[in-house]
Amino acid sequence: MKNRTFKYYLDLISVLVVKELKVRYKNSYLGYFWSLLNPLTMALIFYFAFKVIMKVPIENYSFFLITGLFPWQWFSNSIGSSPVILIGNASLIKKVNFPVYFIPLANVLNDAVHFLLTIPVIIIFGLLFSKIPSPIWLFGIPLCFFAQFLLTYGLALLISSINLFFRDLERLVMVFLLILFYATPVFYDITLVPEKYRKLIFLNPISGIIIGWRDLFIKGIFNFKFYCFYLIYSLILFTFCFNVFKKLSYKFAEVL
Amino acid sequence: MKDKVIIFDKVVKSYPSYTHITGGIKNFLIHFNKSIKNLKKRHVVLKGISFEISQGECVGFVGRNGVGKSTLLGIIAGVLKPDSGKIFVKGRVSPLLELGAGFHPDLTGRENIILNGILLGMTKKEVLSKIDSIIEFSGIKDFIDQPIRIYSSGMVARLAFSVIAHLEPEILLIDEILSVGDIEFQKKSYNKILEFKQKGVTIVLVSHSLENIKKLCDRAIWLEDGKIKMDGNPEEVVKEYQESTLKE
Repeated sequence: MKNRTFKYYLDLISVLVVKELKVRYKNSYLGYFWSLLNPLTMALIFYFAFKVIMKVPIENYSFFLITGLFPWQWFSNSIGSSPVILIGNASLIKKVNFPVYFIPLANVLNDAVHFLLTIPVIIIFGLLFSKIPSPIWLFGIPLCFFAQFLLTYGLALLISSINLFFRDLERLVMVFLLILFYATPVFYDITLVPEKYRKLIFLNPISGIIIGWRDLFIKGIFNFKFYCFYLIYSLILFTFCFNVFKKLSYKFAEVL
Repeated sequence: MKDKVIIFDKVVKSYPSYTHITGGIKNFLIHFNKSIKNLKKRHVVLKGISFEISQGECVGFVGRNGVGKSTLLGIIAGVLKPDSGKIFVKGRVSPLLELGAGFHPDLTGRENIILNGILLGMTKKEVLSKIDSIIEFSGIKDFIDQPIRIYSSGMVARLAFSVIAHLEPEILLIDEILSVGDIEFQKKSYNKILEFKQKGVTIVLVSHSLENIKKLCDRAIWLEDGKIKMDGNPEEVVKEYQESTLKE
C-alpha cells in the first residue's frame, strides 16, 4: 500500500510493543518483579549447584551468573515464543496487507525492553561486589544490544515463518533452546572449556554475545575485534533468516 | 467514463495441499514420498478470472462455499499472490475484518481502537483525532475503558465496525459481516455502507445474503467452478443463481 511513511511505521511498532508490555503488566502491579523472578531463581539454583556443591573456580559467581542469565533470558524468551506469534495473529495476516515482519519485531523488542529494565539490577549486584559502572558502557551497551537484537530478531523471523509450515517445530525449538543453553557460556566461563571444544562453543552464535556482555559488565572492557567477529556472524545469520522470511511471507495467508 | 480501480486479467490462483506439511516435520518425514507427491498436486481455485471494477461501483460476488470468493478478496487486499495473470488495484484498500481480528482481550476498548486503527493503516495522530467519534458511533461508551474480554460478541463487532467506518477507505472489502450486532446496529452499519457508497467508495462484497447483494450492489458476479458464470445486474444474477441451486 502507498502513503506509508516512516512515521506510520514508527507508530505501528510502538503500538505493538506497548500492547505487549501493557498486557504483561496489566494484571499485576508486581509485573516487573515477576519478570525478574525467573532469571533470579535460575541464578540461585546454579549458584547452589555449581558454587556451593561443585565449587567452580569463578570469583563473584552470583554476579557472574546474572550477567549471563539476563541477556540469555531475552534471547530465550524471544525465541521460545516465536513459533506461535504468527499463528496468534492469523486473522490479521489473512486479511490486512501490512508488514508482517513487524509482528516478530514487536515480540523481540518487547523482551528487549525487559532486558534493559534489568540492567539496574545488574548495576546493584555489581556494586555489591564493588564493581562500579564504567563509562565504556555508554557505547558498549548499545553495541552489544544491537548485535544481540540482530541475532534474536533474525532467528525469530526464521522460526516464526517455518513454524507455519511445520507446526511441530515448536517442540523442536524447546529442545534446541535447552541444548543451546548448555552450549553457551552462561553458567561457566569459556576458559574452563577444554581447548578442543572451544571452537564448538563459538559456533553457537549467542556465545560471543554473552561473553561480550560479561566483559562489559564485570571487567568494564569492550573488545572491539571480538565484537566485530560476532556482529558479522549475527549479520550473516540475520540476512539469511530475513530472506527466508521474505520468500515465505507470500505464502503465509495460504497456510494460516 | 470512470476510472478503473480494480482490474483482474486472467488471474489464476491455486493452493498446494499443505496438509502433509502442516501435520508437522514428523509426519512429513514419515510420509516423505506421499508428501512430496502431494506438494505437486495443486488445487486450482480461480481458473483465469478477468473483470474490471470502476471507481464508486459496488460489486457483489455470489457462489457456493469454497468457490474462491474470499480468495478473490485476499488477492485484492494484497495478502495473496496469484499464480499467473495481472492485477491492478488503485487506492487505499480496507478490509472489514472478522469479529475483532487483531483485538486483544486484555486491553480496553479504547486501547483496542488505537491498536486496530494503526494496524489498519492510520497513523496514531489520525486515530486519536477520530477516537471520540469512533466511540460515539460504537454506542458502547460506558464500557470503553473496560477490557474487551468482558464484552459480548455483539459489542466487539460494534467496536470493530466503528473503527473501519472511520478509515476513509477508497476500496472497501466486505466478507460476510453485515449480520453482526443487534438490529439497531445492523441498520447503522448498513447505513454507513450506503454512506460510503454515496461518497464514491468502491465496494467489493462477498455475501450469502442474496438480499443484501440485491439491495446494495450495482452489479453482481457469480463465480462457479473457478470461472465467472455470470456478470451483470444483481437482480438477474441472483435470480439465475438461486434457480441453479434449487435445481440440484
